[in-house]
Amino acid sequence: MRKALAVGRKEFRQIVRDRRTLMILLFVPAFFLMLYGYALNWDIRHVRLAVLDREHSTESRKLVSAFANSAYFDIVATPASMREIERLMDRGEARVALVVPEGMTRDLQSGRTASVQVIINGDNANTATAIFGYAQAVAQGVSASLQLELAGGRAMAPPIAVQPRIWYNPELQSTLFLVPGLIAFIVMISSVVSTSLSIVREKERGTWEQVRMSPITTPAYVVGKTIPYFFISLVSAFLIIAASMVLFDLPVRGSWLLLLLAVSVFLVGALGTGLLVSTLVDSQALAFLIGLLISLLPTFVLSGFIFPIASMPAPIRIVTYAVPARYFLVALRGIVLKGVGFGTLAPQFAALGSYAFVVLALASVRLAKERG
Amino acid sequence: MRRLGFLVRKEFQELRRNPRMFPVIFIAPVIQLFILGYAATTDVKNVPLMVVDADRSPASRDLIARFEGSPYFSVVGVTSRDGDVLTAIEERRAWMALSIPPGFGAMIGRGDPVTVQVVTDGTDSNSATVGMAYASSLISERAAELAAARRPPGAPRVGAIEARIRVWFNPQLSSLHFMVPGVLALLLMIVTTVLGAMAIVREKELGTLEQLNVTPLKRWELTVGKLLPFGLIGMIDVVLVVSVAVLWFEIPLRGSFPLLFVLSLVYLLCTLSLGLFVSTISDNQQQAMMTAVFFFMMPMIYLSGFIFPIENMPAVIRPVTYLIPLRYYLVIVRGIFLKGVGLESFWKDALLMLGWGVAVLALATMRSKKTLS
Repeated sequence: MRKALAVGRKEFRQIVRDRRTLMILLFVPAFFLMLYGYALNWDIRHVRLAVLDREHSTESRKLVSAFANSAYFDIVATPASMREIERLMDRGEARVALVVPEGMTRDLQSGRTASVQVIINGDNANTATAIFGYAQAVAQGVSASLQLELAGGRAMAPPIAVQPRIWYNPELQSTLFLVPGLIAFIVMISSVVSTSLSIVREKERGTWEQVRMSPITTPAYVVGKTIPYFFISLVSAFLIIAASMVLFDLPVRGSWLLLLLAVSVFLVGALGTGLLVSTLVDSQALAFLIGLLISLLPTFVLSGFIFPIASMPAPIRIVTYAVPARYFLVALRGIVLKGVGFGTLAPQFAALGSYAFVVLALASVRLAKERG
Repeated sequence: MRRLGFLVRKEFQELRRNPRMFPVIFIAPVIQLFILGYAATTDVKNVPLMVVDADRSPASRDLIARFEGSPYFSVVGVTSRDGDVLTAIEERRAWMALSIPPGFGAMIGRGDPVTVQVVTDGTDSNSATVGMAYASSLISERAAELAAARRPPGAPRVGAIEARIRVWFNPQLSSLHFMVPGVLALLLMIVTTVLGAMAIVREKELGTLEQLNVTPLKRWELTVGKLLPFGLIGMIDVVLVVSVAVLWFEIPLRGSFPLLFVLSLVYLLCTLSLGLFVSTISDNQQQAMMTAVFFFMMPMIYLSGFIFPIENMPAVIRPVTYLIPLRYYLVIVRGIFLKGVGLESFWKDALLMLGWGVAVLALATMRSKKTLS
């Protein structure tokens, strides 16, 4: 243990001497959280809508105003022809167009289905999917109320009403969704980046022979190599969390102790991942490349940070079980937004703990072999 | 020029001496594109839904069956206790819950209005919004049927309004078509920027830069000589990932491939020069890595419009996105792939990207003098 501390102290001194690295590790994450947390959102509000109403009846106006009042759409143009719609859509001045055909009311009254056309710009599939859902919901709502009115001749309550309840994030702000993801992402990347070069650097510089000869046990060496980065990253992680609370009103509804535990376990796994990479290769360039390839995009795409895991195809869903950020995100969102306790998150903690154990064990085995 | 040839040959020899590099440079991006291309789906489907059926009547079962039959939901459990919903959502086993009150069937039978509750876990705001819209449209569909069936005898038959939704530029609304070109651009960026970032600083760290320093090599020869071999690697990567996108993911390549290839080279010029620039401003490889990752790669991922629409960003941030070459390349790749448009529609982006690449290369060349002296 004393030897592990000695290695840790040496490593720490090396980090401190490299001012830029230390500054980047400590403060840059919080800075970028501010930037991204502020810059990013995909709340779909005020989508630019063009309306072509060829019907001009009470019913069609009702439909149009339902779109206008839905908070999702802003009517920006009332073109007179399909050609004009095409131009608006091509230039991106409108992202959605609603076309009410002539004869809608007649169709309704005679019991036929009246089709209205909704055209969506699909170049961003993400927003298009959401708009698709809204448009359908708005049209169906109007349809149901018009049916009742026309049939009963008086205002009637709909046969089944929906009472929506949104928990934890009632205004559905995307910031509250994205910020925990950003925290996980930044912590993962800075940990992998900080350790993935640590051992291969000694090899490349030729100081590895000294490490081989020194009387320290391999696990102690691994622990020593990880400790300084662990504390630096822990400080940086809590700076990020504090910044999110101040700037983005991120609530911490659960226990701070549990939060500390979750961040720590995740950190150990992430640092271990970098260390493992470092033991597998013999040039820093390769370590850098592998470290990035296994952490940057997988954490971004496969963790549930942005893309819902449930929507992925089944074989890919299996791959996501190997991504530690997946578990950390459930734990982090659980503690921070939902205020849940350890009992609920036990599976996540177990997964994170096992991941950390496995990567550190593998790294130790690899190192022991290298030291011969 | 001959000296340049020597440097290029030296770089290739060094690459050859590090054979483990090749699988990572060529195979890893392809594998990643396979997995990430499928995973990066913003479609919302199979939303895990918990049902509280306090009624257990044919009417409630009919409503549940509609959710089971919908591709958007996957019913993870039917219970009669409200408390189960909280646990399921806390554990994130369920993202939404549908709660059918007791007497639901009876009230429908009598023609009384009845309310069902839909609970959504708002932590995933995007899926929550979309899932809510799907749920209410399923329920209003049922309500409309009931209303139609209930119309008083003699009352006129009333039709429904149906929204015929058409999606332009991406008719199947496949996020695959939208995301795969983006993932492709990111992978190219990662591989080439890393290669560039390590190039000069590695010589610095190993002390061999001094040796290059005493050769009659000119500054631009050093940067260009470092750039060329990596450019060749990048070109092979472009062909590999574009083939995967077209042949495996069947993303229609509506525009011209030669144009895509040429503009991809311009993009590689940007990413490689960026790497070289990072290399010249760093003292060791670790610094280079941190600088590249935090100051260049992360902004590229987040601020390029890869997934977060630039129009949604605050006005202060939007100008920053012009500093990101990936922003231009994304417009170009998506334009060529999805819209089949050519230079006439994105010549500005192409030009800005080219200017960016040349400027950063010049910057790197200038900096490399300082590091050489």
